Amino acid sequence: MMTLNDDQRMLADTVAPFMAEEGAIGKQLRHWRDNGCSDGFGHRLWKQFAELGLTGILIPEVQGGAGLGQVEANVVLEEIGRNLTPSPFLTTAVAAVRALEGSAQAERWFPGIVSGETVAALAIDEGKRHDPAGTALRADRQGNGFVLNGEKNFVVHGASADVTIVAARTAGSPGETDGITLFAIERTERGPEGANFGMVDGSKAAHLSFEQFAVDSDAVIGEVDGGWVPMTRALNAGRAGAAAELTGVAAGATAMTVDYLKQRKQFGRLIGEFQALQHRAAHLYGEIEIARAAALKAAQLLDSGDERAALLVAVAKAKAGKTARLAVQEGVQMHGGIGMTDEHDIGLYMKRQAVLDELFGGPRYHTGEVARLSGY
Amino acid sequence: MTDLENFRQEARAWLEANCPAEMRAPMRGEKDMCWGGRNWTFQSDAQKHWLEAMAQRGWTVPDWPKDYGGGGLSPAEAKVLKEEMAAIRARSPLTSFGISMLGPALLKYGTEEQKKRFLPEIACGEIRWCQGYSEPGAGSDLAGLTTKCEDRGDHWLVNGQKVWTSYADQADWIFCLVRTSTESKHGGISFLLFDMESPGVSTKPILLISGNSPFCETFFDDVKVPKDQVVGEVNKGWDVAKYLLGHEREMISGMGLGGSGSLGATVGPIGDPLLRAEIADFDVDALAFSAMSERFIDQLKASVAHPAMPSMMKYAGTELNKRRHELLMAAGGSEFLEWDSERSKCGKPARDWLRTKANSIEGGTSEVQLGIVAKHILGLPGA
Repeated sequence: MMTLNDDQRMLADTVAPFMAEEGAIGKQLRHWRDNGCSDGFGHRLWKQFAELGLTGILIPEVQGGAGLGQVEANVVLEEIGRNLTPSPFLTTAVAAVRALEGSAQAERWFPGIVSGETVAALAIDEGKRHDPAGTALRADRQGNGFVLNGEKNFVVHGASADVTIVAARTAGSPGETDGITLFAIERTERGPEGANFGMVDGSKAAHLSFEQFAVDSDAVIGEVDGGWVPMTRALNAGRAGAAAELTGVAAGATAMTVDYLKQRKQFGRLIGEFQALQHRAAHLYGEIEIARAAALKAAQLLDSGDERAALLVAVAKAKAGKTARLAVQEGVQMHGGIGMTDEHDIGLYMKRQAVLDELFGGPRYHTGEVARLSGY
Repeated sequence: MTDLENFRQEARAWLEANCPAEMRAPMRGEKDMCWGGRNWTFQSDAQKHWLEAMAQRGWTVPDWPKDYGGGGLSPAEAKVLKEEMAAIRARSPLTSFGISMLGPALLKYGTEEQKKRFLPEIACGEIRWCQGYSEPGAGSDLAGLTTKCEDRGDHWLVNGQKVWTSYADQADWIFCLVRTSTESKHGGISFLLFDMESPGVSTKPILLISGNSPFCETFFDDVKVPKDQVVGEVNKGWDVAKYLLGHEREMISGMGLGGSGSLGATVGPIGDPLLRAEIADFDVDALAFSAMSERFIDQLKASVAHPAMPSMMKYAGTELNKRRHELLMAAGGSEFLEWDSERSKCGKPARDWLRTKANSIEGGTSEVQLGIVAKHILGLPGA
């Protein structure tokens, strides 16, 4: 069934008012952006996420979590998107948990994630484009462990993370999916090296440099050379989650825009009376419904372990990305001059969309995946 | 064994015994689809036998009551029957506007006499119906229709013209929107049924850009209609029309308009990288829309779909289908522009492509659907 069940609806009914209140733009995004916060999110809010059981949403009950799935995580993410709430939920509670699950590292990091004390980051991209198979950062065996050399880019709140999941090449060459190993690297005084910088949307990301950086072999997640499987699991959870968050961004921006159409008067009429704007708004409504359906389908297939999950994840990420892009562009345009001001919130949606769209692969990457996975 | 499982076994055995082999092969063309009616020429004995056998069980309209020629099946049983027919790839025994459009309206608004008189003829394929809605001056603004229907005491007198009447030249009867009062636009319309053989009715096929003529112009010149052939109350025909349109849109949007699944996978290897990119971009939208269709059907079942949602689905699905055929034509190159060659099966790709252009016009244009969404879902003013 592609409708939410009672439990999922109850979760939405709990999370929606919480995010609208505690995660509101003025209280979180603008507050941290305008006060020079180096993390870009509030740790107190992250604690509140933990109190609601959200940080451990994907963590099995025996390990202290809620034992829920991607569909439930997406319910939370759509509300995060709608309110532009900055938090490490997508990277830590969704993607990193999927990377760590089932490995020895899970025991080490899950308790802190459940309690809202631990933040995790994913260090996968190296160039300016998402290309996980192109992983080139080297990890060579040395003594009892490995030594890492290379660069990582677009590591979301990387410098704030207690643990960073790093994709490194232990065999083969860039472009090959075999020979990649995932490491869970704890942040200590010696690094990894790299400070957070602000992104266009006010979120923080780091550029990490590894130079002769030694790690123990017990930092390996799963099998040496077999990192592609847990990395793909993490990325697909992150992509499906980003699709839900983008749907929320699109819905939030559009709700704001439709409200504006009902208030703003020009030529002696409400601008919402103009058919030129009505049809564009109605088209947008349809696209958002379709994007939401694609994100839900992808989440359901991930949860049931269906072999079509990868295809639908690519569809959902690409569809939600382009839908949200349309929503924020129409949003700014229909707001007119006020939409260009920093004071108005609509521009914040445009900025968030741009970053989320690129995260875990942009629309062209995923459109290419749709073609590849469909066999053409 | 549950009752439903019993029913499945029964249906399976009966279908196995009664569905001719020929009726389990994929349809080769329009003529393989059986429309019934006085003028119908069966394509084969198998087509005739299949219709008769199914009609006798009431399974041409499985969920209609038995009293009216239906099968009296519960929704769950009707679903099982559909599944069992799909399993042996059985063709639909009868396709008609009587089944898909008039029947549901009669079941809801018809008198007992009307139901007893008209529904069984529809169920067994004896009478073929056509729909008289659009007029030359009333397309998107359907309620602006002017076909005059006067009360002449013992009968109605109808004068006017309809257009885009699907298969009017082959239909036996018409269900028609007529103006019984000019005092109110929506409140002056009645829903009238009459025989196409009545004196004063004439039809003229319209040649379309696809080279086909599925639609007609239909003229009424002093047509006399018995008084008991109005469905619902006089001047309240708009309610019936709206119910029927909603049913039609729901049906259209539930049919997986927009085509199903990946276009690229059906086209095969695409050498041109720009075309491949365009097709992949389309496939993102097409596969996302498939998910939406699935969700919409579940929402309908759970009665949580917004009443204006069929408009969104109709708009998105038809626009997608037009895009699909534009890309198919791009992939086909000059070969797909052939109009009468043998290898193009008499221009099938081009004719199909041209046919899709009507998708976003018929049943309410895209612009009308967007207006409905703007007004009823987004609550925009004056829409």
